[in-house]
Amino acid sequence: MLAWLCRMRQHYLALNNLLLNNILKTLRCLIVGLEVCMAASHKPPLGSLALIAIVIGLGAAIFAYTAGWFSPQRLTPDRLVAAFAPPTGVALGHRRNHAKGICFTGVFEANGAGSELSQARVFARGQYPVVGRFNLGTADADAPDATVRVRGLGIQISTPDGQQWRSAMINAPVFAVSTPQAFYELLRASHSKDPDAMKAFAAAHPEFAKFGDWAKNGPWTGSYAEERYNSLNSFVFVDGSGAKHAVRWSLLPVAQLVAVSADELAKRGPDFLEQEITQRVASEPQRWTMVVTVANPGDPTADPTVAWPADRRSIEIGALTAQQVQAERDGPCRDINFDPTVLPSGMRTSDDPFPAARSSVYAKSYDLRTAEAKDYPRSVTGAKP
Amino acid sequence: MTSRHERFTGWQRLLHWVMAACILAMLFIGVGMVSTVKPLYLTLVSIHKPLGIAILVLAVVRLALRLRYGAPSLPADLPEPMKLAAEGSHYALYALMIGMPLIGWGMLSAAAYPVVLFRGWHLPAILRQSDSLHTLLWDAHFYLAFVFFALILLHVAAALFHALVRRDGVFETMASVFTGGEVAPAE
Ligand code: HEM
Ligand code: HEM
Ligand code: HEM
Repeated sequence: MLAWLCRMRQHYLALNNLLLNNILKTLRCLIVGLEVCMAASHKPPLGSLALIAIVIGLGAAIFAYTAGWFSPQRLTPDRLVAAFAPPTGVALGHRRNHAKGICFTGVFEANGAGSELSQARVFARGQYPVVGRFNLGTADADAPDATVRVRGLGIQISTPDGQQWRSAMINAPVFAVSTPQAFYELLRASHSKDPDAMKAFAAAHPEFAKFGDWAKNGPWTGSYAEERYNSLNSFVFVDGSGAKHAVRWSLLPVAQLVAVSADELAKRGPDFLEQEITQRVASEPQRWTMVVTVANPGDPTADPTVAWPADRRSIEIGALTAQQVQAERDGPCRDINFDPTVLPSGMRTSDDPFPAARSSVYAKSYDLRTAEAKDYPRSVTGAKP
Repeated sequence: MTSRHERFTGWQRLLHWVMAACILAMLFIGVGMVSTVKPLYLTLVSIHKPLGIAILVLAVVRLALRLRYGAPSLPADLPEPMKLAAEGSHYALYALMIGMPLIGWGMLSAAAYPVVLFRGWHLPAILRQSDSLHTLLWDAHFYLAFVFFALILLHVAAALFHALVRRDGVFETMASVFTGGEVAPAE
């Protein structure tokens, strides 16, 4: 035992110059313990070697734990992305959701009114270039347009200071579920072979009913230009004085909404929406006004299934104009990730858990689809790789 | 305490330990952030980018110091293969300290993401948008991260081996961050 103590003291002398004194003290205690255990063997370096093995093994184990390798139940971007896969297989090279879409370019014209809510440059009166994408909420890139209930719009607005505001909005007035976890369960239920899975899901998630009601009874239209697109998620705007405002925003179509029955739409071609918007924009640029709605204190900001009362203050802050439509295959929206957390300074995420989840999942989807570019080849030779 | 070797200069030691903490943090933040969909994801990403760029800057300073001041020689009795391994792994560590942040930056550039470091503070793109470049760099960032971690584990094992088993003074060349190397009184 004396020999042990001597060795300990030598360790101590060898190491006592260290800033990490405390950590090492703990380690040294470990050695003492180990060496006591191995006292029978009387081979001094064994304890040190075992200690080194423990430090390395522990380091590797904590790393693996952090990476989620021991946590098959953790909801990861990988699992959420995989849950979108349709029974027919994923559309390689395409977005894992909202897989079918068409690009457009245009401008966002700020009228200056938004500056009251946010110091973001994009709200200062002026015109800023936009790259956007009309899309359908489906994982099937070849879905006939009439079969998809949710229509979406992604936009990226760039300002001269190099900042960007990206947003991906949909035509539903509320979202289907309150949390990303519930969204995962919804995907699982909708792909389940169990015929009662969706019923069970709806029963366990009463908040789903509002979305379900819109899906069933809301109007259908024959054009992307006639849809209203909503952020649904809440964000925080920070004004020039540093005051924060919880907001949601929407794009309201200037075009007249003409309700068309789903049966009527089903008779049109599989790509009627894309053809219609291409022709419509070619004959005349299409416009939406952008309206920001400000929450009252106490309004639920973390739950996109709950709309705020209709009397909440809303401010028209500008207009979006789509000037040109381009096929996605060679278009400028193809390799953009309309990640809703790409925000200019003056805007932040709120306590709504969705934007973070969407950001993590969209990045994964982006990584996958850009790596599969050969499965969705560009048609133009000489187009950017 | 006396050591048979001269030591790294104070700045080199300070940088070594500050960067060791930062790089280990980066590796854990990296694998942690890509495995969660919680709001923590955004927090971790917003640390990952500026910290990674800080490491790039520090690594360049460190490389300059290394070229200017050199390193203490390894003990003469260290077996040749171990010397080779030590030198080789140090080259690799320098390459990764500089390469990983550049790859991360290039990967975001090739995907046309704005490389925001702080609110309203962003870096220019260093590559044009390109799905093939993005994929190449993404793979590199992913696999090299694990190479980096494995190398650090080996490096730590070697450092502890010098300190606890060989007790040859190599550990002490890097041990204290204080220039003078005053000895804390042993209790
Ligand atoms: C946790 C919840 C959600 C998940 C997991 C999810 C997943 C996805 C994925 C994987 C993509 C493809 C991204 C890409 O490859 O670029 C996507 C696109 C899109 N999502 Fe979501 N989403 C969620 C919530 C929402 C919400 C709340 C909205 C609407 C307010 C929304 C609207 C859109 C739109 C419009 C697009 C198409 C964007 C584009 O054109 O690139 N999503 N979503
Ligand atoms: C976590 C990331 C780390 C990195 C990237 C790193 C990198 C390096 C590099 C490149 C050197 C060579 C010195 C130079 O030429 O500048 C070095 C030396 C050294 N490192 Fe680390 N290190 C890390 C962590 C650690 C840890 C945790 C320990 C201790 C347990 C450690 C102990 C040492 C020692 C003792 C030396 C001196 C070796 C010699 O004299 O050549 N390092 N390190
Ligand atoms: C010393 C420097 C760095 C280290 C050690 C490091 C390490 C890592 C690790 C371990 C991951 C997770 C890989 C995985 O499991 O998928 C990761 C991902 C990532 N890193 Fe870094 N990183 C560094 C620098 C940077 C920099 C400077 C940037 C950008 C400015 C960056 C951007 C990213 C991004 C965007 C991801 C997520 C990739 C994705 O899955 O889409 N990294 N990094």
